[in-house]
Amino acid sequence: MSALRLEGVHKSFGANEVLRGIDLELEDHEVVCLIGASGSGKSTLLRCVNLLEPLDRGRVFLDHEEITRRGVDVNAVRRRIGIVFQAYNLFPHMTVLRNVTLAPRDVLGLGRQEAEARGLELLGRFGLADKRDEYPDRLSGGQQQRVAIVRALAMGPELMLLDEVTSALDPELVAEVLSVIRELAGVGMTMLIATHEMGFARDVASRVCFLDGGQILEDGTPEAIFGRPQNPRTQQFLGQIVEAGRL
Amino acid sequence: MASEGDRRPDLEVEARRSRVLGGLRLEAEGARGVAIALLSTAVFLTAVVVAVTQSPGWPEVHRAFFGWHDITSTFPEIARAFKLNVKIFLVCEVFILILALVIAVLRSLPGPVFFPLRALAIIYTDLARGVPTILVIALLGYGVPGLQLQGVPTSRVFWAGVGLVLVYSGYVAEVYRAGIESVHPSQEAAARSLGLSRFQALRRVILPQAVRRVIPPLLNDFIGLQKDTALVGTLGVVEAFNQSMIDSSATFTFGAYLAAASLFVLLTIPLARLTDWLILRDRRRRQAGGLLT
Repeated sequence: MSALRLEGVHKSFGANEVLRGIDLELEDHEVVCLIGASGSGKSTLLRCVNLLEPLDRGRVFLDHEEITRRGVDVNAVRRRIGIVFQAYNLFPHMTVLRNVTLAPRDVLGLGRQEAEARGLELLGRFGLADKRDEYPDRLSGGQQQRVAIVRALAMGPELMLLDEVTSALDPELVAEVLSVIRELAGVGMTMLIATHEMGFARDVASRVCFLDGGQILEDGTPEAIFGRPQNPRTQQFLGQIVEAGRL
Repeated sequence: MASEGDRRPDLEVEARRSRVLGGLRLEAEGARGVAIALLSTAVFLTAVVVAVTQSPGWPEVHRAFFGWHDITSTFPEIARAFKLNVKIFLVCEVFILILALVIAVLRSLPGPVFFPLRALAIIYTDLARGVPTILVIALLGYGVPGLQLQGVPTSRVFWAGVGLVLVYSGYVAEVYRAGIESVHPSQEAAARSLGLSRFQALRRVILPQAVRRVIPPLLNDFIGLQKDTALVGTLGVVEAFNQSMIDSSATFTFGAYLAAASLFVLLTIPLARLTDWLILRDRRRRQAGGLLT
């Protein structure tokens, strides 16, 4: 069963062609990592899937239903897709618990008690129960990012998009966020992950896609991509990563 | 698991807070600083008093403006009239806050579809801020009751109030707009990505942050409005300013003006201090995180 399918996705910002014909398919429970240099189009791809950016050309299907057709209810689509951003983007004027219960209450129409019970259960699962009444700027970056993940999970999404969720973190805080994602992969969450953490991608991904110049140049198992990359651009990119001591 | 990586050291916050509180710049300098400040103030005030009382026209001005009896005898009557100013201020403020918010939201709607609404909001703020308040009040206060329309209020106070609401909404809408634009677009992206509609994102995420940031400039406009309630007096309505004119023409002195002025000042000073306090609190909160939990 395909959870997500992209067909010939194109996206430009002015004269800058960021995505140049992306084809990609995710099966249910699959974890696909997008790797590639900054500016290769990873973030734009995720934002297009979540309809935060309109496509120029191409189609996106969520569970076999085209979500890029005219007249689609974008709010209804976004309810089904969770996205977590590099900069957390928590709501600074709300407590942790309110951040997590806002959308379930306002969008799904849950009652306060039900939404809070669900939110607290998720916060507890990720070691954040004691932070329920804190404001985001009292938390460390790692804690904020875990809250952001919980906020997305509280909507019960069928697909999660993670946009370089550890890139803004101090090195010692990366592990706690990655362990949350590993846990999600363990329980079968379908995820599309843009990341610079190659070691993590090798561990957690069922497939790895190498993006360069707005195209997927290579798509395969982590063993294939990291062990014997075929495309010269992939080889060059991974060579630089190894040289930097990051793989 | 609970890491403290991004938390600011409390010492730094404490140091900044004391700098902020020392607005008069006395605190940090100690007793010697206080003595110097007092001395220089005394010298300065003496110089001003000497210059004024030695001026050729001082005896005449003193008689006309500072007759203690003129001030105290007219004060109660002016204070009674001043209640109307306070009433106009309080009622207008409510409508200004609402109307201005609507205009600011219209102006920040994105996309070509909303161009007419955006244009309307821009024209409105231009007109409201461009026409002198006293003219708007005169046009509405004399003009609309003069039409003798059925079912339309004929009270001049009512129409003067409408004029104040229209004018001040232009200013306050711009204050709101500045607040809305200061909220980073990633906040809207986060809200919309959770499935919130544009209106829900505005109501729950953008406006609460925007309004919090502009409370000090909003209060600044309140203070302006308090003073401009005196313009209602130009329609012949007896409020504090008009009452003081009546009193001063009866005594042939200007002590009544001082009485009226002191009433306005008494009302604005608490608001000005409240504004300062809110600015301080906001800064403190941003530096220390969720102190207000």
